[in-house]
Amino acid sequence: MQVTMRVNGAEVHGDVEPRLLLVHFIREHLGLTGTHWGCDTSQCGTCVLWLDGEPVKSCTVLAAMADGHEVRTVEDLEVDGELDPVQKGFMEKHGLQCGFCTPGMMMTARWLLDHNPDPDEDTIREAISGQICRCTGYENIVRAVRWAAEHPAGAPQKEQEVEA
Amino acid sequence: MTTTGHHPPSTTSPAGNPMGFGRMLRKEDARFLRGQGHFLDDLSMPGMLHAAILRSPVAHARIASIDTSEAEAHPKVKAVITGAVLESLNLAWMPTLSADVQAVLATDKVRFQGQEVAMVIAEDRYAARDALELIDVDYDVLPAVVDARRAMDPGAPVIRDDVEGRTDNHIFDWEAGDKAKADEVFARADVVVSQEMLYPRSHPAPMETCGTIASMDRVTGKLTVWSTNQAPHAHRTIYALVAGIPEHNIQIISPDIGGGFGNKVGIYPGYVLAVVGSIITGKPVKWVEDRSENLMSTSFARDYHMRGEIAATREGRITGLRVDVLADHGAFNGTAQPSKFPAGFFHIFTGSYDLEAAHCKVSGVYTNKAPGGVAYACSFRITEAVYLVERMVDVLADELDIDPAELRLRNLLTPEQFPYTTMTGWEYDSGDYPRTLRKAMEMAGYDELRREQAEKRERGELMGIGVSFFTEGVGAGPRKHMDILGLGMADGCELRLHPTGKAQLRISVQTQGQGHETTFAQIVAHELGIPPEDVDVIHGDTSNTPFGLGTYGSRSTPVSGAAAAIAAQRIRDKARVITAAAIECDPADLEWEPGRWYVKGDPSQGRTVQEVAMLSHGTLELPEGVEGHLDASVVYDPPNLTYPFGAYICVVDVDPGTGEVKVRRFIAVDDCGPRINPMIVEGQVHGGLADGVGMALMQVIAFDEDGNCVGGSFMDYLLPTSLECPSWELGETVTPSPHHPLGCKGVGESATVGSPPAVVNAVIDALAPFGVRHADMPLTPANVWMAMQGHPVRTDLAVR
Repeated sequence: MQVTMRVNGAEVHGDVEPRLLLVHFIREHLGLTGTHWGCDTSQCGTCVLWLDGEPVKSCTVLAAMADGHEVRTVEDLEVDGELDPVQKGFMEKHGLQCGFCTPGMMMTARWLLDHNPDPDEDTIREAISGQICRCTGYENIVRAVRWAAEHPAGAPQKEQEVEA
Repeated sequence: MTTTGHHPPSTTSPAGNPMGFGRMLRKEDARFLRGQGHFLDDLSMPGMLHAAILRSPVAHARIASIDTSEAEAHPKVKAVITGAVLESLNLAWMPTLSADVQAVLATDKVRFQGQEVAMVIAEDRYAARDALELIDVDYDVLPAVVDARRAMDPGAPVIRDDVEGRTDNHIFDWEAGDKAKADEVFARADVVVSQEMLYPRSHPAPMETCGTIASMDRVTGKLTVWSTNQAPHAHRTIYALVAGIPEHNIQIISPDIGGGFGNKVGIYPGYVLAVVGSIITGKPVKWVEDRSENLMSTSFARDYHMRGEIAATREGRITGLRVDVLADHGAFNGTAQPSKFPAGFFHIFTGSYDLEAAHCKVSGVYTNKAPGGVAYACSFRITEAVYLVERMVDVLADELDIDPAELRLRNLLTPEQFPYTTMTGWEYDSGDYPRTLRKAMEMAGYDELRREQAEKRERGELMGIGVSFFTEGVGAGPRKHMDILGLGMADGCELRLHPTGKAQLRISVQTQGQGHETTFAQIVAHELGIPPEDVDVIHGDTSNTPFGLGTYGSRSTPVSGAAAAIAAQRIRDKARVITAAAIECDPADLEWEPGRWYVKGDPSQGRTVQEVAMLSHGTLELPEGVEGHLDASVVYDPPNLTYPFGAYICVVDVDPGTGEVKVRRFIAVDDCGPRINPMIVEGQVHGGLADGVGMALMQVIAFDEDGNCVGGSFMDYLLPTSLECPSWELGETVTPSPHHPLGCKGVGESATVGSPPAVVNAVIDALAPFGVRHADMPLTPANVWMAMQGHPVRTDLAVR
């Protein structure tokens, strides 16, 4: 079947099997391999991306379900060579080790800060609780998101461009 | 001393990084933050095919027949491989890392649920999966051996009847220590306490599952294998030995690894099958397992059934420790331990204490469960050993009614006793244990916590305080004692300075998130006084790095880090000779400051490392015996293990109504010697502490009576999230290792080893009002509640 969607602001088309998972469409048809896959069962969250502005686990969304919708992935966080404050925060606070859960974590963190620019630690922990990290014990992820909250300057406003 | 025209070396590089040790942001982050990492499943080759594995739905069965005709007729299927195909190639069985064999594909029987039965190779991953459904296997189901404690019963089904003459499920018996002396100490002890405990089967579960791409070039005969593996050089040699492919024609590439924790040490059947698939089809073949395959078939960890006995004086002086262990190794003995040590380094079980005698006996048995036993950040079974001794000390504290922290302080080794040879032969290199424990107690506010606990108990609230103290032995190891499949555990390193003074460091170890690209650059910067951003660290490719055994057992810094330091020191020494030649003086007249040799008393006369690099490649006449260029090659054979240690304190609250445990605080004081990059060290500790919470409270791979794995997905195998983990409180002490060139001891696994007993001790402490002395991990709400009712449960069996 034919699908058309906007991914990171650009319209894309695909001829896909109806059963194709969105995560596979993004990774294998579009070559955007920053979104990872880790569990099949919506537990781990390495596949989190945005669908119409909301974080979703793309291993349990069909590409067909995204037809006509808007997708945003980790590759869209950096704008014109400027890292998103969330990306900077993850670097500054050592919020990543192996880097596998990182894209999903950052997409959730970006969404959280867009809706709550000054979240406390408990709010951050709640926001990322549907995603698993095996390396960091979460401490530095929480600090990374706090860092991003405290350094919003220069935060790119790409979302509005996408919606335009 | 100051001289005109000369400035002291900067402690910061032009990029703002420390010129050596210190907090430095990671080089590798740049790609991961942008979604530009190259993990195995991100890679694609022209013409690449996709493989999927058919697995056994039952734990033990004879294979009556396999019909692949329908699968082969699928329009997108290129090949179907069965055990019969492999038998014709003499590849149906492969050696394990413990001198056993493991079926690549089952030929006669399946021996655990999830065992590999056939591989389909197709044009895409969906078609490969579809075709699995078209394979018809007829199984004659046999009774399964699920309970390790029943594996040696008379009449138990014999799992490994592939081995001629085998009549039972026994693998090995192994002992350490002095049994007669231990028995004598126990016979005259004031107090003897014993306790059964289980370290249940667990799984490392890295977020990236295991996978490979194999590509055999039919023209050159060259095999290239990209795979998720922590030990590329060891893999290359094993592929050569197993498949008969000349080793120089094999290139193993480890791309970015999405977490390893030991899960990616071994060679799995899927890897070998992808190679066979590429040979058969002439195309690159990718195989990536799904999460259930990862949890059900790849290397598990632990599964030690232990009975400990501890002897002491009435005043609380520990005199002896005896342990009897039943080790469940699954259907094939695939545990990855140095050859001489079938139970790994379990015999470090005397821990951090000064005893008179100790003895342990470990027996390994086969069961109808997944093979392995490699790892999970365990430093070769030290996790089990530390859990045993730290639980036993708490059991003794309960018996003697002595505070568990106080009991430890009475028995810890003292600084004057180092180097200390344990009752089982380990030579601990250095330590000041009481200082570390006291520091943890201060950070925790230990006395105040005990007061709070007493008040809460008055009100019926369940608060627990758990203490653990661990000593690890890492950095395996001295090659005369330690090898894996005959490969000595030394590691190579090559450092090359280009003419402009920029460096390439080639290392044999393989990062899985530990940040080697950063810390190894810092080691070179520390030794040579050049900016760490000028050092490119190359790893993960057997054709571009020297031989070595890879990253596990916290060995990267202790072994490969030492090699890197010595390589840099050799270059520094050579730079001295070249500087002397350039300024026409005696090398003995030169002094070193970071980045530069200069004439004693005249600092303006000297050469920087960068200047020397150019001179070494130039036309300067070099002294007799000095070759041009500026490079060094080292193979480091560690003289001993390094022995990091630490003191952990955990505070929990238990809901008396539900048994739910909340970890309120966790204080961790680690001593791993000097910290190359404190930020990275703390990150390593954080991750290990989360592991401890997971293992103590949540994680178990259990089985039902038929051998069905009930931990085969993240819906059943629970891992800690941000909500189960507290905000970690870290501290440090620094006791350098006397034999490591940097004094560093390694830290990767410390917290995973040390934290589970702290959590369990805290929960058991909370349950003291119920008279509970022990309950097995994982301390789920249900298990805690059962313990409160006086009925602790077997957590490894899903049958009550």
